[in-house]
Amino acid sequence: MKVKSRADKVWDIVFVIFCLLVSAMCIIPMLNLLAKSLSGTDFLVRNEVYIIPKGLNFNAYSTVLKDPKYIRAFVWTVFLTVVCTILSLTMTTLCAFPLIFENLKGRKLINIFITITMFFNAGTIPNYLLMQKLHLLSNPLVLILPGVMSVYNMIIMRSFFYGIPDSLRESAEIDGATFFEILVMIYLPLSKPVMATLALFYAVGRWNSYSDALMYMRDTKFYPLQLLLYNIINNINQVEVATQEGFSAPGLSESLKAAIVMFSTVPILCIYPFLQKYFIHGVTLGAVKE
Amino acid sequence: MGKTPAPKGGKSKSFGVYMKRYWQLYAMLLLPLTYLAVFKYAPMIYVQIAFKKYSLVKSIWELPLADNHGFEFFIKAFKNNDFKYALRNTLTLNLLDLIFGFPAPIIFALILNELCFKRYKKVVQTIAYMPHFLSWVIIYSLALQLLAPNAGLINMVIKDLGGEAIPFLNDESHWIGSYISFGIWQNFGWGSIVYLAAIAGINPELYEAAAVDGAGRFRKMWHITLPGIKPTIVVLLIMSLGNILGGGFDRPFAFQNNLVMRVADVIATFVYRVGIKGLQFSLTTAVGLFQSVVGVFFLLMANFISRKLGERGIW
Repeated sequence: MKVKSRADKVWDIVFVIFCLLVSAMCIIPMLNLLAKSLSGTDFLVRNEVYIIPKGLNFNAYSTVLKDPKYIRAFVWTVFLTVVCTILSLTMTTLCAFPLIFENLKGRKLINIFITITMFFNAGTIPNYLLMQKLHLLSNPLVLILPGVMSVYNMIIMRSFFYGIPDSLRESAEIDGATFFEILVMIYLPLSKPVMATLALFYAVGRWNSYSDALMYMRDTKFYPLQLLLYNIINNINQVEVATQEGFSAPGLSESLKAAIVMFSTVPILCIYPFLQKYFIHGVTLGAVKE
Repeated sequence: MGKTPAPKGGKSKSFGVYMKRYWQLYAMLLLPLTYLAVFKYAPMIYVQIAFKKYSLVKSIWELPLADNHGFEFFIKAFKNNDFKYALRNTLTLNLLDLIFGFPAPIIFALILNELCFKRYKKVVQTIAYMPHFLSWVIIYSLALQLLAPNAGLINMVIKDLGGEAIPFLNDESHWIGSYISFGIWQNFGWGSIVYLAAIAGINPELYEAAAVDGAGRFRKMWHITLPGIKPTIVVLLIMSLGNILGGGFDRPFAFQNNLVMRVADVIATFVYRVGIKGLQFSLTTAVGLFQSVVGVFFLLMANFISRKLGERGIW
C-alpha cells in the first residue's frame, strides 16, 4: 500500500461524516417517536420534546398494555406471522426442490406456468371477486392463503439449492434414498441461511402488510396490528384516547399514538440485525439468478 | 408411500419405472401449483368483466357484452377525470422515484465502499437497512411526528431558528417532496446490498493496475467500480422502467390525505376507492387490465432497448 495523500485523508473524513449523517437520518425519527412515547403531557402540548424524553413516564405504555384491543391485535398478528411464515417456507421448499432436477418431465412447462404469474397480475378487482366467490371475505384464512407463496422467494431458494453440489444428492440416490429423504436429510440441513432469509422476508411481509386486511377483512376482531394502527393514525375509529377520566388531554393521545407505533415496530427491529449476514446473501442470490 | 404401482409391460413400462421413482417430486409440486392455479390464474377469469356489464345476480359467463364492442368501460375510464389524475400521478411519482430514488442506493454503496474502518461500515449498514423493515403505516406515522406543522420535530427546529412552519404533508407540492423523500429513506440502504455485492465481485487486480498507473480514488470509482456494476444497474433500471405504471398500494394509501388527493391518488388507490368501496367493478377491472397490459409492454420495451444498446437484458 502506498502512503495516502493529504487529499485522500480529507476524503476519508468526508465519507465518514457523510455516513454518520445518513445514520442519524435513519435513527432520529425513531428517537423522536420514542421520546414522545415516554414524555409527559405538559411537555408534549408545549411542543418541547425533541429526541430526548421530558417528564419521563410510562403512562402511554401502560395504557396500551392494559387495553385488550391492542393486546388482542398484537397476539393475533404474532400468531398470523408465525403460521404464515411456517406455511410459506413449506410451500416454497416444496416448489423449489423438485425444480432443480433436470430430468423431471414437464419441468419446462411448470417453469413457464410459474413465471407467467410474475409478469401478469389479474388485478385488484378480479382478486377481490375471487375471494368473494371462495367465501374468504372476512374469513381469517384470507390473511393467510392468498400470499402463502411468493414466486420471487421461490426463485431465491431454488438458486440456493442449485448451489448445493450435485454429487451429494447423486451419492444419496445411488444409496437408494427417495427424493423426500434427499430433501429432508441433505438439502434442509444445508439450507439454514436461505431458510433464515426467507423466514425473515415472509415474516416482515406479513407483519407489515395491511392492505389485504383493508380490502378483504370486515371483521374488526381479525384486524392485524398494522391496520389497527392505520385507523388510529387517521382517527378512523375514536379509539386512540383511552376513555379514562382525566386522560383526555391531547398530549396523552399523542404519546399514546407514539407508544402504539413503538409497540408494533419493536419486534421486527429486534430480529433483523441478527439475521443480517443471511439476508444479504439472500438478496444477492435473488438478483443474480433472475 | 409407494401407492403408484408400476404398470407391467408394454410402452408404458419405462414411464412406470420413471413414475415409481419420480412421483414424490410431483406430489411435492401439487400444493404450490394448486396455489398458483387458484390464487394467480383463477382471478384471470374475472378479467372478462372489464368487457361486460357486471351484475351481482348473473354468473360472469352470462353477462352481456358492454357497449362499443365491449370497450365501453375503457372509454369511460379515459373520460373519468379522477382516473386521468390517477394515471398522471402514477407516472409522475414513479418517474420522480426513478430520478431521485434510483441513484441513491448506488451512491450510498459507492461511499460505503470507500470507508476504511470495517466495523464502522458494518454499523452504518445495519442502521441503513432498518427503514426497510418498517411498514408504510409506521413510516407515515414517523413522517407525521417529524413533519406536522406544530408538533413536528422538523417544524419545531425551523421555528426555533426563526422560520415559518412548512406544511410538508398538507400542501400538494410539499407532499410530493415528502413522499419521494421517505421513499428514498426507506430504500437507499436496502437497495445498496445488491450493488455492494456487485462491487465485491470486481477483480481487485484492476484496482491495483489502476493504482500503478497513478489513478486516484475518483478515477478508480469512475473507470473501474461503475463499469463493474453497470450490468446490475441496467437490470434494476429495466425492472424500474417496466414498473413505471405499476407501483404498490401500501405506500401511497398510507401517505394520502384529503388535502392532497389531487396529486396523491394513484391507479392502485383509485381502483380500491372506486372499485371495492364504490362497487364499480367493470370500470376498475378495465383500469387494472390497462395497467397490467401496459406494464408488460413497458417491460418488454425496456428489455428490448437495453439489448439494442448492447447490454444484457433481464432474460
